[in-house]
Amino acid sequence: MTGLLRRTVLTVGAPLLAAVFALGLASIVLLISGSNPIEGFGDMLRNGRELETIIDTVNRATPFYISAVAAAIGFRMNLFNIGVEGQYLLAAFFAAAAGGAVDLPPVLHVGLIFVVATSVGAFWSGLAGVLKVTRGVNEVISTIMLNFIALGGLIAWLSRVWVDDVQATNSGTKIIPESGRMPSLNSIVEIFTREIGKGRRLTGVFVVALVIGLLYHVIVNRTRFGFDLRASGSNPFAARAGGVPPRRMIVMAMLLSGATAGMVGMVQVVSDRFKYDQSFIQGLGFAGIAVALLGRNHPGGMMVGALLFGFLDASSGILQLSGSAPREIVVIIQGVILLAAVVAYEVVSRIRDREEARLAAEALAKKQIEVSA
Amino acid sequence: MSLATDNANLEGRATVAPVEDEATGLLARWRSLPTWLRWMVFAAIASFVLAAVQTFGTGETDRLTAATASQTMLRWCVPILLAGLGGLFAERAGVVNIGLEGMMILGTWFGAWGAFNWGPWWGLVAGLVGGALGGLLHAIATVGFGVDHIISGVAINILAPGMTRYLAGEVFDDYEGGSITQSPLVEDVGDFTMPVLAGGDIGSWESPDVLGSIMNRDWFFVSDFAGLTRGLMTQLSWFTIIALLLVPLTAYIIWRTRFGLRLRISGEEPSAGESLGVNIYRHKYAGVIISGALAGMAGAFIVIELTGIYREGQTNGRGFIGMAALIFGNWRPGGILGGAMLFAYPLGISLRDISEESAATHALLLVVAIVLFAVMVWSIVRGKKIDAVISGVLAAATAFWYFATDSVPTWLPNNMPYVFVLLVLIFNSQRLRMPRALGLPYRRGGQ
Amino acid sequence: MRFDTGRRRVTNAIELTGITKRFPGVVANDNVNLTVEAGEIHAICGENGAGKSTLMKILYGMQEADEGTMKVNGEVVKLSSPSDAIELGIGMVHQHFMLADNLTVLENVILGSEPTKAGGRIDFAAAREHFEEVAGAYGLTIDPDEPVEHLEVGERQRVEIIKVLYRGASILILDEPTAVLVPQEVEALFRNMRELKAGGATILFIDHKLEEVLEIADSITVLRHGRTVATVKPGDVTTGDLAELMVGSELPKPDTSDSTVTDVTALAVKDLVVLDDERPVVKDVTFAVHEGEIVGIAGVEGNGQNELVDAIIGTAEISSGSITLVDEVITKWSVRDRRDAGIGYVPQDRHREGLLLRAPLWENTILGHQTKRPFSSGPWIDRAGSRARTEEIRTDFDVRSPNVEVAALALSGGNQQKLIIGREMSADPKVLVASHPTRGIDVGAQAAVWADIREARANGLATILISADLDELIGLSDTILVMFSGEIVAVLDPATITPRDLGAYMTGAGSHT
Repeated sequence: MTGLLRRTVLTVGAPLLAAVFALGLASIVLLISGSNPIEGFGDMLRNGRELETIIDTVNRATPFYISAVAAAIGFRMNLFNIGVEGQYLLAAFFAAAAGGAVDLPPVLHVGLIFVVATSVGAFWSGLAGVLKVTRGVNEVISTIMLNFIALGGLIAWLSRVWVDDVQATNSGTKIIPESGRMPSLNSIVEIFTREIGKGRRLTGVFVVALVIGLLYHVIVNRTRFGFDLRASGSNPFAARAGGVPPRRMIVMAMLLSGATAGMVGMVQVVSDRFKYDQSFIQGLGFAGIAVALLGRNHPGGMMVGALLFGFLDASSGILQLSGSAPREIVVIIQGVILLAAVVAYEVVSRIRDREEARLAAEALAKKQIEVSA
Repeated sequence: MSLATDNANLEGRATVAPVEDEATGLLARWRSLPTWLRWMVFAAIASFVLAAVQTFGTGETDRLTAATASQTMLRWCVPILLAGLGGLFAERAGVVNIGLEGMMILGTWFGAWGAFNWGPWWGLVAGLVGGALGGLLHAIATVGFGVDHIISGVAINILAPGMTRYLAGEVFDDYEGGSITQSPLVEDVGDFTMPVLAGGDIGSWESPDVLGSIMNRDWFFVSDFAGLTRGLMTQLSWFTIIALLLVPLTAYIIWRTRFGLRLRISGEEPSAGESLGVNIYRHKYAGVIISGALAGMAGAFIVIELTGIYREGQTNGRGFIGMAALIFGNWRPGGILGGAMLFAYPLGISLRDISEESAATHALLLVVAIVLFAVMVWSIVRGKKIDAVISGVLAAATAFWYFATDSVPTWLPNNMPYVFVLLVLIFNSQRLRMPRALGLPYRRGGQ
Repeated sequence: MRFDTGRRRVTNAIELTGITKRFPGVVANDNVNLTVEAGEIHAICGENGAGKSTLMKILYGMQEADEGTMKVNGEVVKLSSPSDAIELGIGMVHQHFMLADNLTVLENVILGSEPTKAGGRIDFAAAREHFEEVAGAYGLTIDPDEPVEHLEVGERQRVEIIKVLYRGASILILDEPTAVLVPQEVEALFRNMRELKAGGATILFIDHKLEEVLEIADSITVLRHGRTVATVKPGDVTTGDLAELMVGSELPKPDTSDSTVTDVTALAVKDLVVLDDERPVVKDVTFAVHEGEIVGIAGVEGNGQNELVDAIIGTAEISSGSITLVDEVITKWSVRDRRDAGIGYVPQDRHREGLLLRAPLWENTILGHQTKRPFSSGPWIDRAGSRARTEEIRTDFDVRSPNVEVAALALSGGNQQKLIIGREMSADPKVLVASHPTRGIDVGAQAAVWADIREARANGLATILISADLDELIGLSDTILVMFSGEIVAVLDPATITPRDLGAYMTGAGSHT
């Protein structure tokens, strides 16, 4: 097998293997619970080809992707920002409140909302970063504690103070007026396809997500800062000896991660429900962590992972409708894919390391024979 | 990856063993006292402070030292304690187990399922098994395949709620009173009240309630201390007693048995153990599976003893608080118990507090301020300036909050444990002795 | 305690025939034959990478051979784990001590062979008794309840030996036992070895210090490139002969040549104090390095050299004192600023502080120099520039690798070190801090590194050299400073000092100069 082919197989093989394994396990679970896996998967695939489902998938994938990038920034530095969850909720709350409280010209209005969101997210994440560099508090525990304090504490408290209608069961912040809303991309999509039905609207934040992904790639892989980031994550001691300031990097990474996390809730805030209320979607932070792990912190890989999870989510509805499988199976598939992928990556990583060493030694031996020939 | 004080690693040094500081006379004498005596002194001081704040503070409450305070604290500290002990077994074997929360969640489902079908004792067993399964998964990923410990733990935390939701949908839905998000009610095991001291029954004879009568006399400090002590002996669930017994049992296993020694070497210097014929893999597996089992037990306890029902999202981060207790306790069972009680105490006073406009939690603010003040003084004595400034500022802010308000917002009581955890971790300047090879991947035969 | 030598007097203790062991990319042992007579001290010699450690690991059951047979005391055996070896009476004292710092001496010794009572409970009383018995018989006095972290190097080695004797080993394998000892301690070790031999033990030890080998061994086997080259008796060979057997030619000696020392001070350290948890580990250290000079720092591991290096590089906090680079006081400068100003660094642990193992070579050469051309321009990394420079380094410093895209971990230790040296040298530093620069690399690479350092010195580079290899120190340095307990206790002239005297200063026995 040539080197390139082998390398491709190794790179793609792992997630593929994981997906197959997960599907296999899911099929078993479905069989046990009396459903027909083939029917279930068939339904999902058939439904998946419809334009509306694709739109739905992309809509769901967008926050997953942003969340994944947020987590990935931390992961590249071996920082586990489990606080994406709390950061995005807190950021969405403040951003929605701010958006509902003012009335500005369109671009400025949306811009303000974004600025508030990224700032709050960065702040909440930065707290954990500062605690880590000054007091040595492990960021896994601190970000999780901050998650609880954010949701159960701050938001619960401020909700009473700032909401629109305290009495309502689903009280939320003030609705954001027209100028603060992001237009949908339907008109652009419809240039290439037919008219989109079922009231689905492709969120404009999709473009923002692409920009975020691009920025992530460029910054991490092409800049000096990105080099320092990756070096710190790969070998903090060598990075330190190589001049990278460890404390500053940790704080910067946490700030960037939190700022990105702040944008996760924007799909809902500026293009879906235009406020923050009790039914605001939670769990996106953890989903993002899963997607980041699945995509190995790679901008393209995470996109695939986000779309995959988005598709699974979008399909859970059809499963319920057709009765071929319980919708919870989707959550299990996602969890198992994650675990299987993570294991597969490790295995592949080791094989690749061994192969590298072997190939290098072989190539060297060849060269020496050439030289002496 | 070190789990607590990462500063040592930042500095580029390997985790240096702490040097025995030249203890001053008082410190040396304090250290020479037996551990149990030191704990008694701490308890006494704590009770004194609580009593003082209660009696002389601006608020109106007797909740801080009521028997219900310590009684509730004890009940609520069990899940944290079990999670912490679980973390201990895993980390002593060198494996970081962030997935304790997920394993606890598994324990809640399995516990409810077992208890509903076969009674509370079998519920406990089922919860244990469920958590152990989660532990096995984590062990396979980390020890078997070398996956990063934290990544595997995070993955399990994501997988567990999904699994339980699915299982609940499949199983509980069919039960009467159950649904996908909750199970039908389950009963708890009986409880036990200490006779004579707390008025428990011996047979059918209702014994005198010595501590209770002292408590009712309203003598400053003495009554308070009696009240708190009585609470620790009243209506103790058998599960609680088992959990408490696990503390000395864990210490015995870890330091006095062959298994324990080999477990410890797996976490300290696995290559040394390997070179002497110890099967490191087996011991790591054992440590992680036990940790899952204990976390599962914690989950079962929550369902069977604390709430009587399985509901989604019951664990509330207690797996992570357990890890904080582990760090606070410096990887020793006694310390973990102390940490668990510390973190559970605010829950202990707040749960019945809400109707009283959280006066007790308000009073707790002053206690926290006093403690922070003490930390500041201690930091000054030790010459740690930054610590002193931080604790001083926080003490002042907290005291101000206390005096400037009459009550606290309703969300504060429930969030106190998380705040406590952060405070503890911030000021944790003690010399930590985490296992040396914690978090490092291990392969037989060297790299 | 005397060893049961019964029938072993007539059979060989160890017989290895045709042992072969392959790893991806390399054959570590190739048809190795080894015969060790009962009751003798047998030395195994070979340079780094010759296959000695692998062979010992096979003997001890930590690795399994791919081909070949092993006989212990005349019987064919197959070892699948150290427990098998222990059962046969084989005990190994590792070069890198296998001791758990956080456990006590007793716990470390009994691990794996704990005496137990019912229920898995350890019988500490019995353990202690046996421990005292073993330790007492050879005058190895150590407190069993002492946590190992408090012990120093010589004591730790003694614990390792007790560990082995506790299990009734009669065949002892010692892996480079003298690597961490100064000459005086080596003598003590050899005394112990002779006593053990007199008691009937068979000792197999790895050593590449040829004078030592000739002094203590009864029989010597030389390995080269994984094969047995010869088995000789010490009376029949000289060190020169042995060296030739080991490398096929004379061992290169770092020799002194014309002095290139100028009087321009490149780096000056004054009254430097570094604390570790309020305890001073570097105490009032003052010295200077001039352009064209190599200052060697000698000292037993743990006497402050590492902290001194960290202080100069900037990874350790300086409590008081100052460091001046040419004419700027850099005491408070960050690591990055110091590197940019011209301090080069060759760390003692290249895997830990020198390389990003999974990254390609061209990214590794950026490390430490990311603020400068050709590696970066503005905020961007210049990939083409980095690759080009890495190619230059590869050629100029003879880094053996197929290209610059391979990951650093694919290179051998020697080539990794050459890459690091090349990286630092081509950045044209003013001062080079080299910490154990030739540790663990093959002889060829070692010679290359020495040549590079000497050439750079001739061009005006100021070097601070820390090393445990006394020959290297004496051969390369213009001045030798000895560090003991955080202080500089001697300033010596390499031309007039012997390893013996140097060792004395290093252990605090010499007088202050």
